[in-house]
Amino acid sequence: MRRRLFKNLVTSPSTEPVSEKEPAVLDAAGAALRGAIARRLGRSLAIREVDSGSCNGCELEIHALSNAFYDVERFGIRFVASPRHADVLLVTGPVTHNMREALERTYAATPAPKWVVAVGDCGAGCGVFANSYACVGAVSKVLPVDLVIRGCPPTPTDLLQGLLWLISDSAARVATDASRP
Amino acid sequence: MLKALFADLLPVASHRGWPRVEADAGVWRGIGEALREGKLDLLGLWGDEAAVHCALYEPATRDMSSASIKVSAGGKVPSLAVFHAPASRLERAIADLFGFEMVGLPDPRPWLDHGRWAVRSPLAERAPGPEPPRYAFLAAEGPSLHQIPVGPVHAGIIEPGHFRFTASGETVVRLEERLGYTHKGVEKLLCGKTIDEAARLAARVSGDSTVAYAFAYARAVETALEFCPPPRALWLRAVMAELERIANHLGDIGAICNDAAFSMMHAECAILREETLRTCAVAFGHRLMMDCIVPGGVTAHLASAGHDAILSLAQHLRQQFPELIELYENTASLQDRTVGTGVVTTMLAAQFAAAGYVGRASGRAFDTRVCRPYPPYDVEPMDMVGRNEGDVDARVWIRMLEIQRSLDWLEAALASLPNGPTHLPVIAGPTVSVEGTALVEGFRGDVLAYVRIGPDLCIERCHLRDPSWFLWPLLEAAIEGNIVADFPLCNKSFNCSYSGHDL
Repeated sequence: MRRRLFKNLVTSPSTEPVSEKEPAVLDAAGAALRGAIARRLGRSLAIREVDSGSCNGCELEIHALSNAFYDVERFGIRFVASPRHADVLLVTGPVTHNMREALERTYAATPAPKWVVAVGDCGAGCGVFANSYACVGAVSKVLPVDLVIRGCPPTPTDLLQGLLWLISDSAARVATDASRP
Repeated sequence: MLKALFADLLPVASHRGWPRVEADAGVWRGIGEALREGKLDLLGLWGDEAAVHCALYEPATRDMSSASIKVSAGGKVPSLAVFHAPASRLERAIADLFGFEMVGLPDPRPWLDHGRWAVRSPLAERAPGPEPPRYAFLAAEGPSLHQIPVGPVHAGIIEPGHFRFTASGETVVRLEERLGYTHKGVEKLLCGKTIDEAARLAARVSGDSTVAYAFAYARAVETALEFCPPPRALWLRAVMAELERIANHLGDIGAICNDAAFSMMHAECAILREETLRTCAVAFGHRLMMDCIVPGGVTAHLASAGHDAILSLAQHLRQQFPELIELYENTASLQDRTVGTGVVTTMLAAQFAAAGYVGRASGRAFDTRVCRPYPPYDVEPMDMVGRNEGDVDARVWIRMLEIQRSLDWLEAALASLPNGPTHLPVIAGPTVSVEGTALVEGFRGDVLAYVRIGPDLCIERCHLRDPSWFLWPLLEAAIEGNIVADFPLCNKSFNCSYSGHDL
């Protein structure tokens, strides 16, 4: 173990720079959101991930955000274990009827101010599972959604850029720009 | 055993690949008894419009066969779970989806149906019946016992499911799982889809096994249609399957160690996993290789850049991974947590036909690539690894050894990869409905796919069975007598799919 630790000390980190430009896969309910988060929370964001019926593909890529290449925590973004500690619910999957109540209760357990980010093509619009007896549909059918990050699944880069867009320093300035989505 | 059991029965002509026979009540009972005596393994049990099918494997001869029983006029089917406990949840699911009465089923509680859908028996399109009674968890009574309900929303970034622990102090007396939260009605959605549309759904049954599912589904379709994809496609499918296995095993090894609070291993494995996924993106255009396998072949050709990327990844992993194995082996605090924890006995692994690393860590010598080899494993064979301890440590070791076997295999396969086209369109429909069943080894174990295709090349019935169906019940057994704090460790060492199971 010592040898490995020593090697890691003398080699450069795997962590990569991230462009803060807005990725093409975002659908924001309103640019005002950005300003609101920046004003209230600065650059710190506590995220509670909720799988409301996904195939687990989105979970794999959300997991990847914590690896050394993306290292999401360097931006002040961290995943928390309880909705009580969360600012943002990151919701994946077409919401299934069997998960609907659990999702609503998780939202209710999250203290305000709170935001909902729907992740993946299923969270955005039910994806390939549309018109099933077992699915309610997009996350927006159950909760007020503030931001959508599309993809099947979205890549960690898309996810990271989407989350950074939420907490960007320039948010307040951008919020007044009517040309933004 | 299979031959003797089905000696008087003619295989159904429309079912291609291994035979399917139509059993009467007597033969069905014979199947139940053979399962009880351990002479056969149950690899699947699923409903249809007016029948229930099962897939059987005979370990002694490595034969496979499917058998079906017609549903009686009153919607009744004799239960196999009476003889063979692993059939229980499958029969509960059949009862939920088709509304059949599984006569004699010891546990008649609903399984996938939580009483939240607008329809009852969705695959049979029956009118809503009476509201089912409130779900009753199994009792565990005694002084000083307490219950810990967990989920469906868990603390980590994982899928939803409910665990009901009954504990005496720190020791788990009983764990009962309640699943079905991610049920998306996939089998209903599959009905009527074209074979290509259905492939996209099959690839999204369990995202971590998207290659294995697409592979199994494509093989079932091609078996039914007696269609042979070009040789290069067959090889590329297996290259993807081995990359998927390596990526998932790396993720699991790191996550298991992380659940024993050894985060260094997690960080190191996550780097190797990310490098593997990036290589997949270079080689096949998608990090998880979703939708890369379709009926008729594969969608990616694998250019020389991708070919080289896979080879240099293999070389890189060969260099890096042994150091991590050494780290795992020589960290006493980690070994203290994994060795002897969450034991699955050889007997239970055999009874439940435990798939993948869970079975192979508990002495069950089954790997589809070895026991029922499909192309290209029939030409380029895979080595099977095995352990007998059945604990978390053994399941970690199986994964470590399998990564190395997969690297060996990848290097050999890439050296002998045939040239030529990678896809042939499937355009000729059959004259009558045809059926096919396929078994493919995913990272977690064998994935079973059954399809029945009509003359219009649309799906009449498709069933996809995740290995987790037979692993989830073993997790309940493995945790018994362990401390509550070891549950995440045991759970991760199984890494069952919720979505694949709930479908």
